[in-house]
Amino acid sequence: MTDSSQTMTASSRILPRTAGLGLCALAVLTVAAMAGPRSGALLMIGLGFGLVLEGLRFGFTGPWRRMILQRDASGLVAQMVCLALVATAAFPMLASHPGELVGAHAPVGFAMVGGAFVFGACMQIVLGCGSGTLVNAGSGNLVSAVALPFFCLGSFFGAYHLVWWTELGALPVAALTGTEGLALTLVLLASVAGLAMALADQGKRAIPARYWLAAVLLAGLAILHLAVAGQPWGVVYGLGLWVAKGATALGADLSGSAFWSAPGNVERLRESVLTDVTSLTDLGLIAGAALAAFWRDGLTGRIADHPARAWVAVVIAGFLLGYSSRLAFGCNIGAFFSGISTGSLHGWAWFAAAFTGSWYGIQLRPLLGLEARR
Amino acid sequence: MTRRPVVLTLLVAVAGFLAIDLVRSAPLDPYLAPALFALGSGQAAGGAHCAALPAR
Repeated sequence: MTDSSQTMTASSRILPRTAGLGLCALAVLTVAAMAGPRSGALLMIGLGFGLVLEGLRFGFTGPWRRMILQRDASGLVAQMVCLALVATAAFPMLASHPGELVGAHAPVGFAMVGGAFVFGACMQIVLGCGSGTLVNAGSGNLVSAVALPFFCLGSFFGAYHLVWWTELGALPVAALTGTEGLALTLVLLASVAGLAMALADQGKRAIPARYWLAAVLLAGLAILHLAVAGQPWGVVYGLGLWVAKGATALGADLSGSAFWSAPGNVERLRESVLTDVTSLTDLGLIAGAALAAFWRDGLTGRIADHPARAWVAVVIAGFLLGYSSRLAFGCNIGAFFSGISTGSLHGWAWFAAAFTGSWYGIQLRPLLGLEARR
Repeated sequence: MTRRPVVLTLLVAVAGFLAIDLVRSAPLDPYLAPALFALGSGQAAGGAHCAALPAR
C-alpha cells in the first residue's frame, strides 16, 4: 500500500469515527439535560459497554462454547480476570458505603437454579446471552434481532411470575462480604481459571491482548456503573420493563402480579425509561454495538440463511432467555458478572447451572438447524 | 441481505419506543434528578435490578 492510499484510508476512518463519537456525546448531553446527570452518565457507560463488547469481540457465550467444544480457555480465563478486577473494587465500595450502594444479591432456590440452567442452554442456541443478544442485535445479527423482542416478552412474564416461582423454595440471601469474602471470591475465581487452563488444549490457555484490554475496560466501566447508579450492572429488568410499559399503555392491569404491583416497580412504570438504570445501559449497549460494527465494515456483512425450524427455535429460545433470566435473578450480567463480583452466592450457583445448560444448548444447536451437524 | 437494514430497523424501533414513552410517562425534571454519583451522595440506592425480589 502506498503512502497516499494509507493516508486516504486513515482519513476515511477519521470522519465516521468523529461523527459517531459526536453523536454519542450529543445523545448523552441531551439525556443529561432532560433527565439529569446520572441518566446521561449511565447512557454513556452503556455506550462504553457496547463499544467494548462489540469493538473487541468480547463476550460470554462464545468463550463458554469454545471452552466446551475446543478446549480453548482464553475467553473464560479473561472473564475471571474481569470479575476479579470488579470484585477487588466492589467489595470495599459496598462495605464502606452501605445503603448508598447495593450488591446484586439474591437467594439461591429451585427456580433460580433451573432458570440459570435453561438460560445457559438457550444462550448457546441463539449464541447470545443477556448482553450478547443486545450487542449482536445492535450490530445487525438477524438471529439476535429476532430473539430480542421475545427476550423482552419473556422477561416481562418471568418477572410477572417471579414471586410464585421463588416461593417454591429458596434459601435466605447469602453474600460474601468484607476482606475475607473478597479473598474467598478471588480464590474461587482463580480456581475456575486454573481448572479451565488445566482442561484446555496446549496453546489455548494464554489470554490474547484484546481480551486483556476488554477485561480491563469492562471492569472499569462496571466499577463506574456501581459508583454512579448505586447498584451493579444489570440487563434483563429493563427489557421486561419495556414490555410492561407497553402492556399498561394498551390497558393491561398488572395489579395481579406481586412483582409489577410492588411500589418500586409501579414507580418505574410511571416514570420514563430515561430514569431507569438498566434501560439506559441497555439502550447504550445497542447503540454502542451498532457504532462499533459500523466502524468495522459499514454493516456490509451478509446475513446467513437458516431453515424455518431454526427461526422457530430462535423465537422460543428468545422467550425462554427472558423468562428464565428473571427466575434466575439475572442473566450472565445481573447474576454471573454482578452477582459474583459483589459477593452473592447466587452468582456462583448461576454459573454452575448455566455452564451445565450451555453444554446441552451446544448439542441442540445443530439439531435445530442453526449450524451444520458436527 | 446485509446487516445494515437490521440495524436501521432496530434503531428506528428503539427511537419510536422512546418517543412514545416520553409522551406517556411522567414529565422529566432534571432539577429533581439524583446526584451524578450514588457513591457519596448520602441517598439510599433506589434503582431496580434483576437480582431484586420485591418486598412482600
